[in-house]
Amino acid sequence: MSGCNDSRRRFMAAVGGAFATLTLAPGVILMAQAYTPGGAVSGARRWGLLIDTSKCPDGCDECVTACNTENGLKTATRPTDAQWIRKVEIKDPKTGWSRSFPVMCQHCEHPPCVDVCPTGASFKRADGIVLVDRHICIGCRYCMMACPYKARSLVHEPITDQKPHAPRGKGCVESCTLCVHRVDKGGTPACVEACAASGKNAMLFGDLNDPNSEIARRVKEFPTRQIRADLGLNTGVRYQGI
Amino acid sequence: MATNIAYREIDGRSSGYWALLTVLGAFLAAALGSAWFMEHHGHIVTGMDNQIVWGLPHVFAVFLIVAASGALNVASIASVFGKAPYKPMARLSALLAIALLAGGLMVLVLDLGRADRLIVAMTYYNFKSIFAWNVFLYTGFFVIVAAYLWTMMDRSVQRFSKAAGVVAFVWRLALTTGTGSIFGFLVARALYDTALLAPMFVINSFSYGMAAFLLVLMAAYGATGRPLDDALLVRLKNLLAVFAAAVLYFLVVFHLTNLYFAKRTAAEAFILLNGGVNTWMLWWGQVVIGNVIPLVLLLHPALSRSRANIALAAILVVAGGLAQMWVTIIGGQAYPLEMFPGMQESSSFYDGMVHSYYPTAPELFLGLGGVALALTLVAIGIKVLRFLPEKLSGAE
Repeated sequence: MSGCNDSRRRFMAAVGGAFATLTLAPGVILMAQAYTPGGAVSGARRWGLLIDTSKCPDGCDECVTACNTENGLKTATRPTDAQWIRKVEIKDPKTGWSRSFPVMCQHCEHPPCVDVCPTGASFKRADGIVLVDRHICIGCRYCMMACPYKARSLVHEPITDQKPHAPRGKGCVESCTLCVHRVDKGGTPACVEACAASGKNAMLFGDLNDPNSEIARRVKEFPTRQIRADLGLNTGVRYQGI
Repeated sequence: MATNIAYREIDGRSSGYWALLTVLGAFLAAALGSAWFMEHHGHIVTGMDNQIVWGLPHVFAVFLIVAASGALNVASIASVFGKAPYKPMARLSALLAIALLAGGLMVLVLDLGRADRLIVAMTYYNFKSIFAWNVFLYTGFFVIVAAYLWTMMDRSVQRFSKAAGVVAFVWRLALTTGTGSIFGFLVARALYDTALLAPMFVINSFSYGMAAFLLVLMAAYGATGRPLDDALLVRLKNLLAVFAAAVLYFLVVFHLTNLYFAKRTAAEAFILLNGGVNTWMLWWGQVVIGNVIPLVLLLHPALSRSRANIALAAILVVAGGLAQMWVTIIGGQAYPLEMFPGMQESSSFYDGMVHSYYPTAPELFLGLGGVALALTLVAIGIKVLRFLPEKLSGAE
């Protein structure tokens, strides 16, 4: 009797194991594919951007257009429209000096959006890229309240024709991903590519932790600035000339 | 007196009672309809946008949550501070606290971009988030106040009542501190980013909750014809006056501190002088309607003798509380983020601009639905269980 039970238990365990393998394996394989093409994400890298504002002309918005095209955003015309990157103009009211340059998620080392997110949907990868996990974002918008750079947008209405690499949906918060889908394949963000293609070369992408990278050499050689450096967030996006 | 309190359910068979439930039910239905409408179309049908991300639903939700904590005042005074005249009202105080919190949370949850993912909010936690702490503070409040009510209503566990009251008292202080800190911890915005918001929300809760309690108490006793002693009302209205004055004190300290810092002068000029509806809400709503007039009504030797004036003062404190939430929540967002202090900023994303906000009907109905839920719970609660003493006197 007990032998019968034992063999039945073993059979059930085997069936259960096979079922679990069949169920989980595709997920495991998918996960592995999602994260490995460019090598595992590691804290050894710190992806960053350097924006030379002296090369960024007033009125040029190649970076914005490229971002919208790459990630499936429409040109923003209303206060409810999402903007992952925008051209900001600043002007010194006392002297009249002005500058125009792109502002996007600054990919902070200590991101306030990640701190405040109740579910952990807002997260920072080991290589410094700050993202929103659209599976567990509940649309509370606390990250939008917390971000000092106004980098985040809520999707206010149903959208269609999303890009497979940029899943977007009504009711979730989103922001610049630093074109993580390109970066993980060894590429550069669409905005940087477009800026270079237009001949401006105002944007430089690279690994701030690699002393031999151009971005690391430039931030070592020239004075650069973080927006709201006083907040101590150690942004991954640096600016020259402001 | 405290040992011989006779509690009795209300009859709840009058046409007035059913009319009340019908009206509240209609508001609840309107709120649920609004939530469905917002869920179906997205937040595009609200007045909120990517500049004003928290709107009228948050004004109602945070007000109700803060008032919930304050509604427990009377029970705390009875259990923790041992004041006998408050003891008969402690059950109603705890019931109202639970009801107001339920109303506030309903609004908060139904305003989420993905309200359907509530289960995610209950199963995924980032423990560095003050929001995540609040999930525990709010659910804990329900459990603790419910247990506290049990110790008050069941003689077999009555000996734990004092301990439960103390735990509930500490918990409610933590809850309001947590709610104030939702804003206080936001470093980037000029009108938040201060530890003062936590104690300010605590004192605001004392005032709003006391006003809500007074109104419910007077309405329940007035409608059922049960005797409510003047001496008791005098105690409660004097407490409300003290709390309202304390709210005003915190408001003055908050703005004086900001005015002293040169970096905050522009933000203060906005909210105190040039903020349009936000400035109006601050001076007329919060200060005049919510503080000054109620203080006169509650403290003037002749005026404060009238029950109608006491009720009016409580209504005005509630209105002023909603105005304060508008100033804190909407006003705090309307003033633009200062990414480059000292510079003029402009962009396609409205950088450097004061943001305007016009709430839509679904937002208003969702917010009012929270109030309706709270009142419905109280109306049903006092009919099915013994929350209300047959008479209330103010004697020691």
